[in-house]
Amino acid sequence: MAEPLPKKDRTKVPRQPMPEQDAQLRAHNFTEVNLGLDEAIATREAQRCLECTDPKCVQGCPVGVKIRDFVQLVVAGEYLRAAAKVREDNVLPAVTGRVCPQENQCEGACVLGKRLTSLAIGNLERFVADYERQTGQIGLPPQASPTGKKVAIIGSGPAGLSCAGDLVQRGHAVTVFEALHEIGGVLVYGIPEFRLPKQIVRDEVDVMRKMGVDFQTNVVVGKTVTIDELMVDEGYAAVFIATGAGLPAFLNVPGEHLAGVYSANEFLTRVNLMKAYDAAHYDSPIYDCQDKEVAVIGAGNTAMDAIRSALRLGARSAYVIYRRGETEIPARAEEVHHARDEGVQFKLLHNPVAFLGNDRGVLNAVRLTKMSLGEPDASGRRRPLPVAGSEFEMPIDVAIIAAGTGANPLVQSSTSDLKTNKWGYIVVDPATMQTSKPGVFAGGDIVSGSATVILAMGAGRTAAASIDQYLRES
Amino acid sequence: MFRIHEAQFIAPDVKRFRIEAPRIARKRQAGQFVILRIHEHGERIPLTIADSDVGEGTITIIVQGVGKTTHLLNRLEAGDAIQDVVGPLGQASEIELFGTVVVIGGGVGTAIAYPTAVALKQAGNVVIGIVGARTNKLLILEEEMRATTDVLYVMSDDGTVGEKGLVTTKLQQLIDEGRQIDRVLAIGPIPMMKAVADVSRELAIPTSVSLNPVMVDGTGMCGGCRVIVGGESRFACVDGPEFDAHQVDFEVLRQRNAIYRQREQHADAEFQRDPTKDLNAAHACRLTETGNG
Ligand SMILES: Cc1cc2nc3c(=O)[nH]c(=O)nc-3n(C[C@H](O)[C@H](O)[C@H](O)COP(=O)(O)OP(=O)(O)OC[C@H]3O[C@@H](n4cnc5c(N)ncnc54)[C@H](O)[C@@H]3O)c2cc1C
Ligand SMILES: Cc1cc2nc3c(=O)[nH]c(=O)nc-3n(C[C@H](O)[C@H](O)[C@H](O)COP(=O)(O)OP(=O)(O)OC[C@H]3O[C@@H](n4cnc5c(N)ncnc54)[C@H](O)[C@@H]3O)c2cc1C
Ligand code: FES
Repeated sequence: MAEPLPKKDRTKVPRQPMPEQDAQLRAHNFTEVNLGLDEAIATREAQRCLECTDPKCVQGCPVGVKIRDFVQLVVAGEYLRAAAKVREDNVLPAVTGRVCPQENQCEGACVLGKRLTSLAIGNLERFVADYERQTGQIGLPPQASPTGKKVAIIGSGPAGLSCAGDLVQRGHAVTVFEALHEIGGVLVYGIPEFRLPKQIVRDEVDVMRKMGVDFQTNVVVGKTVTIDELMVDEGYAAVFIATGAGLPAFLNVPGEHLAGVYSANEFLTRVNLMKAYDAAHYDSPIYDCQDKEVAVIGAGNTAMDAIRSALRLGARSAYVIYRRGETEIPARAEEVHHARDEGVQFKLLHNPVAFLGNDRGVLNAVRLTKMSLGEPDASGRRRPLPVAGSEFEMPIDVAIIAAGTGANPLVQSSTSDLKTNKWGYIVVDPATMQTSKPGVFAGGDIVSGSATVILAMGAGRTAAASIDQYLRES
Repeated sequence: MFRIHEAQFIAPDVKRFRIEAPRIARKRQAGQFVILRIHEHGERIPLTIADSDVGEGTITIIVQGVGKTTHLLNRLEAGDAIQDVVGPLGQASEIELFGTVVVIGGGVGTAIAYPTAVALKQAGNVVIGIVGARTNKLLILEEEMRATTDVLYVMSDDGTVGEKGLVTTKLQQLIDEGRQIDRVLAIGPIPMMKAVADVSRELAIPTSVSLNPVMVDGTGMCGGCRVIVGGESRFACVDGPEFDAHQVDFEVLRQRNAIYRQREQHADAEFQRDPTKDLNAAHACRLTETGNG
């Protein structure tokens, strides 16, 4: 418990850094990089908040977490109440505190950041969520009495989980169907242990189980059962589709079938979901990265996760090959910074034109072309153009392609009357997440295309509110 | 948890299982497969659904022991349980009234071809079966194939059963005899499928093969199962597993299937030396299940 600082002193406190594992050490293990704030550091950081009357940070948060209020509860030492305050708007605070791109959201909007450095809101959010978990006091929110209505949720990523949490609170019987053998979507198969310990996701899922959510793994909707069957034969009154954007894009350059070329999805799934990094205890193999030259193509969060995993699997050199420049790098700033500290080398303004292999079909080099930036394209970013005559070969043993993902058509192609756009994403009314099919809602990456955890959760929330209304009216 | 109702060897190292999986049993069509994971620490492997019983809510798989996971699986018995089974995955076989179809199975490929042979027969086709095995002991499903085909030719490498020779020898012979053949389905080792494709290409007989790349999720999420067909990259788990044999790049498939060979051999050797750890993990599945009633 601390006293609020006088306003004029608040700007004198520097932003408190997040304690982290030593870069040399962590580059060889899968334990979490960020160690978390202790109470003293958290308090000191929270005291920096200016308590704006019109907090810009809240507007910057896609789900409107009451940041000023929870931060003041931290100052007052009321950590559990602070966590409860965050949970009013965000059901996975221990996750978002770790993975949100805060610099573009709450912290990007923070007034302190204009002249000094912004408040470390993400770190504080993580602090209160971890405090709550470690004390084993995750408060189960009150639940409405059973409505007798059944809702099916397809996919267990952040969109599906947040929707399930809200609907079960409102008294509906919720079943989550997941294709894989574990619950969590990208949180378990994509984002590595060193950035998001899987136990956190498991704890959150356990809370939902306690609240009565039924989780069914190993069900591929569209194959094992269709949405029409769920609604007609199995009595689900409403369905929420939250299947993510899981289809990996390849570059369509020669040599992509060579042994040693992976999609980031495959590489990360083998490492995270199948635990290939723990070869002594798990059976799924991964290409041997020990003392190898490894390159990832792309510079988003997925690319950083993949290359930093390769480093931890023993890569001698780890490269990020990206066709645009430094300012265009889409990954969270912290990940780029961590990757650099760990020894990842960035080859910006380079693009592969072919992968080359030996006579056994094994990758041994990539042919790169240098790029330059031209006029802005449709995305508003400057268009990368190959520099004529600049091609050269670089020896590599493993290439991981992180060039984005698209919509998996399994559900859409097996469901009648479901409207999709030209990229195969599901079309919804953005205010309600209602699709063209009555009783069927959709949200998260399968609607927006690859976005963020917090946006997916926000969509799940919006959908839960309209599903609830739909069920009450029907 | 998916309980094993029945398990018996049908040839050395080849075992047939009936597994409780009611949703899969209801939906499965010939040509589709499941992916299973035996226990918490296991890998996910694809296996074709050889048969199903909707009333009992079971599916049948036939497994040849070739490495650690299949060897472990083949040590399980009725009453044991499998941690994860997901399916039915992949596209169903194309079943139409083609006329005369030659169904060729090599080794455990016969188990994969069998359900499609049944469906082709039911659709009214004349089905000629050619099954091959290295030696008599390794021949599987002879009875079943005989019952579902109009004629069945058995070929063995050493002449211990049926005729001595390759399945392609027989196919070539039928062609040379002037048999009308409207379609060929060939499933077996990669060199066999490639050889069949080479024979039927001459006369442009439409031919499909079922490809067996390494898979992880089986839903189109990882791309690890990509194969080259007609110069294009396709995901075998969602676009296949059956493809036009004349368009498949078998060499790329062979090379990609060798990616983890060293690691696989090591894992299998370790398992053979001391299977207790994995057997215990697999049996933990049984315990949890009975625990849950
Ligand atoms: C490697 C990686 C790192 C990332 N890092 C960050 C980050 O740091 N910060 C951030 O904010 N965002 C990050 N993202 C993006 C973020 O994870 C996604 O935007 C978010 O997970 C989308 O949530 P979702 O619920 O829509 O879908 P997903 O999380 O993709 O979950 C969809 C689930 O549906 C299941 N499913 C799919 N089809 C079916 C079916 N037919 N039947 C049943 N189940 C099905 C899938 O198996 C999956 O479990 C990252 C993404 C990746 C891939
Ligand atoms: C769609 C599909 C359907 C299949 N149906 C059946 C079936 O009905 N019955 C059956 O016995 N097998 C089937 N297979 C093959 C089976 O999946 C593999 O034998 C199994 O994955 C091997 O695992 P393992 O750990 O025992 O052996 P590993 O140690 O992984 O491999 C041992 C040997 O098998 C090869 N191998 C590895 N993975 C595969 C693979 N996916 N396909 C072929 N060879 C492989 C390796 O290169 C190695 O030489 C099918 C494969 C696919 C893709
Ligand atoms: S097995 Fe992963 S995409 Fe086919």
